[in-house]
Amino acid sequence: MRIEGRGLVDASKTVSFSFDGRMVTGAEGDTVASALLANDIRLVARSFKYHRPRGILTSGSEEPNALVTTGSGAGAEPNVRATMIEVHEGLVVRSQNRWPSLGFDVLSINDLAAPFFGAGFYYKTFMWPRAFWEGLYEPLIRRAAGLGALSGRNNEDRYERAHAFCDLVVIGAGPAGLMAALTAARAGADVILADEDSRMGGRMLAEAEEIDGKPGHVWVADAVAELAGMENVRLMPRTTVTGAYDQGTYGALERVGLHKAAGGHLPRECFWRIVARRSILAAGALERPIAFPNNDRPGIMNAGAVRAYLNRWGVAAGKSVAVYGNNDSAHQTARDLMDAGVEVVAVIDSRKDAVVALDAPVITGGRVTGTKGRLGLEEITVVSDNGERQIKADCLAVSGGWNPTVHLACHMNGRPVWDEAIQSFLPKPGMIPGMEAAGAANGAFSTAGCLADGERAGIEAAKDLGRKAAKAKTPRASEAAYRIEPLWVVEGKGRQWLDFQNDVTVKDVRLAAKENYASVEHMKRYTTQGMAPDQGKNSNVAALAVLADATGRGIPETGTTTYRPPFVPVSIAAMGAGAQGKGFAPQRFTTSHNASVERGAPMIEAGMWYRPSYFPRPGETTWRQACDREVTMAREAVGICDVSTLGKIDVQGPDAAAFLDFVYTNSMSTLPVGKVRYGLMLREDGHVMDDGTCARFGAGHFVITTTTAAAALVMRHLEFVAQGLRPDLDVQLVSVTEEWAQFGVVGPKSRALLNDLLDAPISDETLPYMGHQSISVLGVKGRLFRISFSGEHAYEIAVPARFGEALYRDLVERAEMLGGGAYGMEALNVLRIEKGHITHAEIHGRTTAFDIGFDRMISRKKDCIGQKMAAREGMIDESREQLVGLRPVGEVKQLTAGAHLFIEDAPATRENDQGYVTSVCYSPTVQSFLGLGFLKNGRARYGEKVRLVDHLRGVEAICEVVNPVFFDPEGGRLRG
Amino acid sequence: MRLICPHCGERDRREFTYQGAAEILARPSPEVGNDDWADYLHLRENPAGETKDMWYHDPCGAWIVMHRDTVSHAVHGGELASEVRK
Repeated sequence: MRIEGRGLVDASKTVSFSFDGRMVTGAEGDTVASALLANDIRLVARSFKYHRPRGILTSGSEEPNALVTTGSGAGAEPNVRATMIEVHEGLVVRSQNRWPSLGFDVLSINDLAAPFFGAGFYYKTFMWPRAFWEGLYEPLIRRAAGLGALSGRNNEDRYERAHAFCDLVVIGAGPAGLMAALTAARAGADVILADEDSRMGGRMLAEAEEIDGKPGHVWVADAVAELAGMENVRLMPRTTVTGAYDQGTYGALERVGLHKAAGGHLPRECFWRIVARRSILAAGALERPIAFPNNDRPGIMNAGAVRAYLNRWGVAAGKSVAVYGNNDSAHQTARDLMDAGVEVVAVIDSRKDAVVALDAPVITGGRVTGTKGRLGLEEITVVSDNGERQIKADCLAVSGGWNPTVHLACHMNGRPVWDEAIQSFLPKPGMIPGMEAAGAANGAFSTAGCLADGERAGIEAAKDLGRKAAKAKTPRASEAAYRIEPLWVVEGKGRQWLDFQNDVTVKDVRLAAKENYASVEHMKRYTTQGMAPDQGKNSNVAALAVLADATGRGIPETGTTTYRPPFVPVSIAAMGAGAQGKGFAPQRFTTSHNASVERGAPMIEAGMWYRPSYFPRPGETTWRQACDREVTMAREAVGICDVSTLGKIDVQGPDAAAFLDFVYTNSMSTLPVGKVRYGLMLREDGHVMDDGTCARFGAGHFVITTTTAAAALVMRHLEFVAQGLRPDLDVQLVSVTEEWAQFGVVGPKSRALLNDLLDAPISDETLPYMGHQSISVLGVKGRLFRISFSGEHAYEIAVPARFGEALYRDLVERAEMLGGGAYGMEALNVLRIEKGHITHAEIHGRTTAFDIGFDRMISRKKDCIGQKMAAREGMIDESREQLVGLRPVGEVKQLTAGAHLFIEDAPATRENDQGYVTSVCYSPTVQSFLGLGFLKNGRARYGEKVRLVDHLRGVEAICEVVNPVFFDPEGGRLRG
Repeated sequence: MRLICPHCGERDRREFTYQGAAEILARPSPEVGNDDWADYLHLRENPAGETKDMWYHDPCGAWIVMHRDTVSHAVHGGELASEVRK
């Protein structure tokens, strides 16, 4: 019910939204919760396990009951707290966990069976037959229990993530946070003030209190305006700080566009990483319920929330309200309600000696021992020294005391300390380096106390930051003392709910203790108390008080469970923003990319690079046809292939040659200027790391290449060697992979093509095999290497990347005129398998130089990385699996990489495993399938027949073991 | 987590690549036996407290010996590997 003239929202500015299909009218500034209460809608949800009717308990992010689904279609978001959604036009809200409707829910039958469903029920009941668990029990239980459901579709809504840096982050913008931020900001500190509410002010918006003679919310507005006007302050409303991490890093979730209809220019949410030198935790305190029988009916709410709905949103949570508490703060609820003209039917204080200065029916020393009302509260039963009474009420405002919001202070495994005076836990200083608590989060429960503590924390933070904060006049405010007498449980008939969100009762916790789950961590897991999305914000302290009582220990000895981030649920979409699709896997394009795509080449991923798979021509219907043609083209005419993705590292310095001798197994210092040499790199443990070429440009200047896959790894490794192992060598390294576009010109007509293109012709004399030289193409200076991965007479031509596309197009055109053309990765792979050249399919991290037949490439004349370990007995043992070629005998459909090798007539079982296949292709040159693989003692077994078995794909073939070089073993074509 | 690069100052750990204990800098001579080499490559302390490990700062290319604490998660500072070895 909305009360005219009350609250900070303008009730004349109406906003409509739908709740379970019904149009509800709220006011601008309403949350879904306040708007539902304004419309006297109390039943908003069904509980997790027993499908109990539930209403709104709180007014903040700790809300355990009022979880709803917002939106529809792919972007529908389940389990959103109604207390946190700001109403806006077009908003669609649906209740959850009920069928067919909120008022009539078939599965509320669970509630009748509740005596059987206590803690540990599943563990005890569904033990046998064992196989039934996964197939039957679990799916059934999961269907019955649960909250909202995901749409199961890809969410197209936009989310973001961002980084922020500051001197001081103040968490919470209540009186303490505002004072802290003002004090530090006035001293010149760079301040971020984050608050999870849409409007800053904390409890000052919820209380009818004054500061400095002004209404609290007016003082707040002035403070926020002053902060907003300062250049060194960043205000972040709608931003929940979710976690405290190492080195002053804080996670924070900002609701950027959730208060507006989806589809606008704003992202829905933004996940922030805030790095701050200091932080002040001014997150306030959370009120806790009391566990009396049937304390979960819609209409039973936290007393502070009832005040908040009244004072901030102008909404009375009921027409006849009873108030129940064990501390003075509850009285304020009755006072404010009466002030607003709402009938207060009873003020029940559990303390016999409580002084209640109110003109309302007061029961001191009273206990609420029962409630009635199936879908909403109708009546309460109160017991006191004067006997038992029934009181009609549609709302019961309950306060069991306040718990400082210590969560963030405990995120690095710190444990809070018990404080007798407030009957709750307080943060211990220093639990998060650089963080200090202030205000209610620090146990200061009066407004004056919060303002003073916030100012103190602000002064201290400024001092730590090397600034001097002037002590201003602390604003005047209420100093009302907080007096509390512990009250956790009220005995009586009916279940006393502790954890509303996971449906855990006092009885469950006592049962856990009885069954010796006496440690708080065990109790939590046995009963699931505190394991719901609210992470026990409403129930943890009370639950461990019950456990302490049941186990005969004190609360401090019982201790708390571990507080872990995030403080509130964070959508994965926000945390992973920017990392979907191409954000997850960025794309790198070569200079020839467009030209390849224009020719219809399917692009395949090679690391982050995209490379053409093959270039289909008219009439070709399968990739194999294109691939076979491209291979033949390269063997008989000329083929063009972009090889720019290979890593290129420029190595310079007086000691460059000595450095390369140290990182390569073979010697590079003996390489003449103008020559290229194949190089093999090992890891220090003796296994092969990578291979590539090394070209010498001067006494102290080399350019080396790496494989595409290992480019970054090799760069990092070389830097490690240069800086960490051989700082005595004067050498500099720089990656030039992207600076040069490089193309393979491959085949018997390659030189003819180049001589038509180059400004000065080349010959065998000027550029023999494994030579390189500077060239000029239409005036553009470049480099030409006579090297070959294909086994053909071939070159690699390199020009600065900006000329890459033009050169590629020109090369392909010229090649086509000579009966050749572009070839892709498939053909490249066939060409290299035909020649027995290795790739990372072979040097996969477990192979040694010995295994691939390159043992003699490890020079013994010098020390190099991996040399010592590569010489160990086991690394050069003849029985190791060695690289061999495999050629099928007779008719075969296919060979597969990943297949294993067995002796021809031995069973294909693990014990008989002889090796495995790493690469296969169909060779149009040899006109046969070919394979490369590793076979035990393989080099001594040429001519033997082995059986290839791929259990996974059901492939079997008899192969002959052969030399891995299938084509032109003498290498005549390279030099021709 | 924030790490300290001697060149670039305190930076987010996403800019770094972890390598392992800083003992890797004490590469034995090829003359010593296989056992010593195996220790160098594979045997590592697992300290609770002060530790030194290798981090590569991808943006600037520096290899850094980071002084950290595995218990408190404090990062005390970083030295360039090239300086440590001098």
